[in-house]
Amino acid sequence: MDGMGQFFAMGGYAFYVWPAFAIVLVVMALLWFASVRGWRKSEQTLAALRRNRRQRESDEA
Amino acid sequence: MHYFANPARFTRLAGIIQPWAGALAAILLVVGLYLALVVVPADYQQGDTVRIMFVHVPSAWMAMFCYSFLAVASAIALIWKHPLADLAAKASAPIGAGFTFLALVTGSIWGKPMWGTWWVWDARLTSVLILFFLYLGYMALWQSIEDGQKAAKAAAVLALVGAINVPIIKFSVDWWNTLHQPASVLRMDGPAIHPSMLWPLLIMALAFKAYFVALLMARMRMELNLRRIRALRLAERTS
Repeated sequence: MDGMGQFFAMGGYAFYVWPAFAIVLVVMALLWFASVRGWRKSEQTLAALRRNRRQRESDEA
Repeated sequence: MHYFANPARFTRLAGIIQPWAGALAAILLVVGLYLALVVVPADYQQGDTVRIMFVHVPSAWMAMFCYSFLAVASAIALIWKHPLADLAAKASAPIGAGFTFLALVTGSIWGKPMWGTWWVWDARLTSVLILFFLYLGYMALWQSIEDGQKAAKAAAVLALVGAINVPIIKFSVDWWNTLHQPASVLRMDGPAIHPSMLWPLLIMALAFKAYFVALLMARMRMELNLRRIRALRLAERTS
């Protein structure tokens, strides 16, 4: 078996080793993107609310 | 500590910390994964399954670390009414739940080839499962109470009551007979693990810590924004 094939075979434990690493990376990535997206969305909502408020205040004045 | 109680000052600081912590986490993760998957030799007893340790153990440490952080932040929120403490606690819960889930799943995947079973109801595994449900209960409690201040208080009390589980998890392998092996790194007479494996493990643990910091900053900024949004909407309705 060549070097790469041996690496992926993980001494016969590929079925356990790779899924374990994969799920860790997938969960960490999902949590990261969900959090960053949530934060960005909150920034946009807040900015829009503040814009509206300023608009109304200048209309009333 | 109250220096950072100013939300505007915190937002500025978090904006600096977040990208640096994120970059550090990415670099350490790449190095740690390379060491764990390529450099570290297969174990003479466990073969290549020993590599699962490099994600399982740091995940389990983070599961406990996040809960300790959550409990301390909750205590600070209850006692000193620090205006960012309840947000810090709330922001850390999903991260802790994620790592607890990963500790359980990677442990299960490691258990099958080494113990011959995906799961046993022993003290260590059961107490970590309880930790996972504590995180879920904590998050559900925040969701279920409309009034933000009441929700913060109820969640903080739950967090402090649940903190009793942390030492139970830590010492479960010493107090009860269990399939799970006892601590081999965080013990009184020094690590019982070879330096060639200890270093990659510590690098992975640091990567997870840096990831936690970056994510905590993003989530706390989000929670702060959501609080401001609620206040603005409330002001609009009453004006």
